[in-house]
Amino acid sequence: MNVADLGDLSTTLVWGAVTAYTVALIAYTLDLARLTEQAGSAARRARETASAAVTRAAAVGPVRTGGTGTLTSPRTAPGGGAPGRRTSKARGIARSTTILGLALQVAAVVLRGIAAGRTPWANMYEFALVGTMVAVVVLLLVLRRRDVPFLGVAVTGLTVLALAVALLVFYVQADGVQPALDSYWLVIHVGVAITAAGVFTVAFAASVLQLLRSSRERGSGALSRPVWRWLDTVPGLTELEALSFRLNAVGFVLWTFTVIAGAIWAEHAWGRYWGWDPKEVWSFVIWVVYAAYLHARTTRGWAGRRAAWFVVVGYSCVLANFTLVNLFFAGKHTYSGL
Amino acid sequence: MSIYRPEGIDDSYTNDGVTPTPPPTLPRLGARGTVRWVWRQLTSMRVALMLLMLLAVAAVPGSVLPQRPVDPAKVAAYLVDHPGSGAWLDRLGAFDVYASVWFSAIYLLLFVSLIGCILPRTRAHLGAVRARPPRVPRRFDRFGATGGFTTTSAPREVADEAAAALRGPIRWLPRFRVDVREEQAGTWAVSAERGYLRETGNLVFHLALIGLIVAVGTGQFLHYRGQAIVVQGRGFANAVVDYDTFESGSGFDPASLVPFSLTLDEFTARFDPETLAARYFRADVTVRDPDGSERPESIRVNHPLDAGGAKVYLQGNGYAPDVTVRDAAGEVAFAGPVPFVAADDVYTSRGVIKVPDVSTGDQIGIVGFLLPTALETAPGLWRSVNPQPNAPLLVLSVWAGDLGLDDGIPQNVYQLDQQGMTQAVNAAAAPVTLYVRPGETVDLPDGLGSITFDALPRFVALDLRHDPSLAFVLAFALAALAGLATSLFTPRRRVWVRAAPDGSGRTVITAAALARGDDLGLQGELDRVLDALPGAGVLPTAAESDDVTDNDDVPHDGLHDDLYDDDAMTAPEANR
Repeated sequence: MNVADLGDLSTTLVWGAVTAYTVALIAYTLDLARLTEQAGSAARRARETASAAVTRAAAVGPVRTGGTGTLTSPRTAPGGGAPGRRTSKARGIARSTTILGLALQVAAVVLRGIAAGRTPWANMYEFALVGTMVAVVVLLLVLRRRDVPFLGVAVTGLTVLALAVALLVFYVQADGVQPALDSYWLVIHVGVAITAAGVFTVAFAASVLQLLRSSRERGSGALSRPVWRWLDTVPGLTELEALSFRLNAVGFVLWTFTVIAGAIWAEHAWGRYWGWDPKEVWSFVIWVVYAAYLHARTTRGWAGRRAAWFVVVGYSCVLANFTLVNLFFAGKHTYSGL
Repeated sequence: MSIYRPEGIDDSYTNDGVTPTPPPTLPRLGARGTVRWVWRQLTSMRVALMLLMLLAVAAVPGSVLPQRPVDPAKVAAYLVDHPGSGAWLDRLGAFDVYASVWFSAIYLLLFVSLIGCILPRTRAHLGAVRARPPRVPRRFDRFGATGGFTTTSAPREVADEAAAALRGPIRWLPRFRVDVREEQAGTWAVSAERGYLRETGNLVFHLALIGLIVAVGTGQFLHYRGQAIVVQGRGFANAVVDYDTFESGSGFDPASLVPFSLTLDEFTARFDPETLAARYFRADVTVRDPDGSERPESIRVNHPLDAGGAKVYLQGNGYAPDVTVRDAAGEVAFAGPVPFVAADDVYTSRGVIKVPDVSTGDQIGIVGFLLPTALETAPGLWRSVNPQPNAPLLVLSVWAGDLGLDDGIPQNVYQLDQQGMTQAVNAAAAPVTLYVRPGETVDLPDGLGSITFDALPRFVALDLRHDPSLAFVLAFALAALAGLATSLFTPRRRVWVRAAPDGSGRTVITAAALARGDDLGLQGELDRVLDALPGAGVLPTAAESDDVTDNDDVPHDGLHDDLYDDDAMTAPEANR
């Protein structure tokens, strides 16, 4: 089997991974629907026994507008021991297909690297391939500890979308790199950048969930419809914010490292460590937005929802840095290969 | 001791559980008061946050609009294309965003705010690290992480063991700051706190950012940077006059240039055989240091050469056809290599040969292309099909007249000033095109003379740069990274252990722990301390030892107000 065949095999495996993730996406969605259904029936039960239980519920459970009694307690999440929270068939399928997809994707990345004879993250296609792989790894790690099928929906959804766009739009043949990229800094700088992007992706999903849930608790009209009932079953706002913060903290440190490593590499390759190249500008913007997020969390009146919006803005900048800057802005980082 | 807290910050333990609220009535401000008020606002968290957001927004235009320091030609083109808005944007500094007044104002204000916030905080922190850990609370049951048991050891002994377990095995690097006190007769209490590194890391991060901007500014002041084109077999001497372009900071002294020189011996270029994409460039040079010693070196992309305190980068390469031009009288009017600039992946290169020193008649200007591997794709239509010099061909047109070099105005060597020149045409009034291969001599039209294509050496474009602040920039950047990671990943925890006699000769141990923010390892930390106490595991605990992993169970008593605003915080509280 020659090198070109390995590249083709890698592409086939990516399509396989997309298929597996699509099944996982459907399964996570079904699982979420099941939780919504359960939350609905629990709400009905709660209404039926409301008059009897109202005093007790007020004493023991977090009663909120549209609340569902003790089921919403975040404490029941890690163990999954509470009634109705046992792993369903859909959950099992979602988990195993995600792992299958990840295995296919890892194999595809390795083959791609062998076919190109270098580290497999030197153009947009490969960046998307490896970045989504990191996001899925982080997802699986988070899901081991926390019961948040929504994260599964969000991350597998984004992954399927990103991989499909990568295969259909960003795809280039596995090949060597231009001299400027022929450096060990490709492994370090780009590798860490991809990891940071993957971590930011999962954190973004957690913050979106936090915003949705807090809107529902505030009585937002659109989110009070029964179809959003599953929001009552996700972890509490504090836990979601803490999860997002922890991931974003890791992402921010990785991003800081990315920028520093990029500056060192730029000094080696281009003779200046910082030149306000569009990619550098946007990396700076991302860094500042996430720095603002960290500050917002410790500023009175800015924690909670407002801080979560910073995550949304920050992640939008990450996406813009990857797509807009690569494709439309002329600069020294034009490595899309397109 | 009063801990310094910037206005609006909400990030630390507040022991009294009371959030300070600003007074409802505004005091009358004098001039001094106004200055103080402005300073307080500037150093407040809210303003710092605004400035950060502004900085992010202000940086964006520089990536959308062409920037003068990066590409002045593009800016000029933009101004031509947008005569109305372009001039206004130019007035606003939009083509040099990162040196504009408004961008500078934002980051300077941000740094003033940062300094005003960080310096007092550093002073406060230096005091805090010398202070004793906070007193042991009277009741433990309101904390999320608790534990305890009864033992036969004496209270004093239990307290000492707890202190040892909290300090850890390394004497000079204790895990917790520990304070052991006798509360009442016979009752001993241990209070311990860890995580001072969190604030230390935070301060190191911010101080390193100040150091970083100072180092960058110093580098700007002292640096120099120049570009030089060196043809194979030729040399370059490190002096301002030998550079094609040269710029330096206002603190740079030209006499400080180290007078080394280098010669380009060989240039190697490799391309992908199928896609023709560049794969490898190497310039082999000989460097002569001022002391006369010579050393062979090579410069590659990503592998700059260190010489005379400067770094020499390989930034470009191309072909410099070596030609001899004879004038109408047959005298050699020009001889030497002329760099042609490659315009595409197959090195279709454009250049100008200016021949001012003719012994008789008009000055000659020769404009044209070099095709490294020429292929006639259609009759009279030649193009390059490979970047390597497999079948080089010069395709030239000839101009005669006044080159305009005597005006004293600097000219672009890659462009012919056609004013005052006329192009040579044939009988059909079409421009004459000359095709010259290496070794060939071709007569110029109109009896102007002849041109000989002698050889095809390569040239390299070198970028020399000296910035004495580089090491400092790197050191401050790494310090910032280390400080950041320390401050984000160091848990801040308080642990309290109380050992009280129960009257029957035994000792009741109770313990509690508190973390700032959510902390998965808190209960584990407390259990580890309790397990190290004498008699642990012998008698079952009476106190509640819930497997607490999330801070949702920690009551909201003002110690966690960094997590949420008040109305959202009531939800977890209701869980209890």
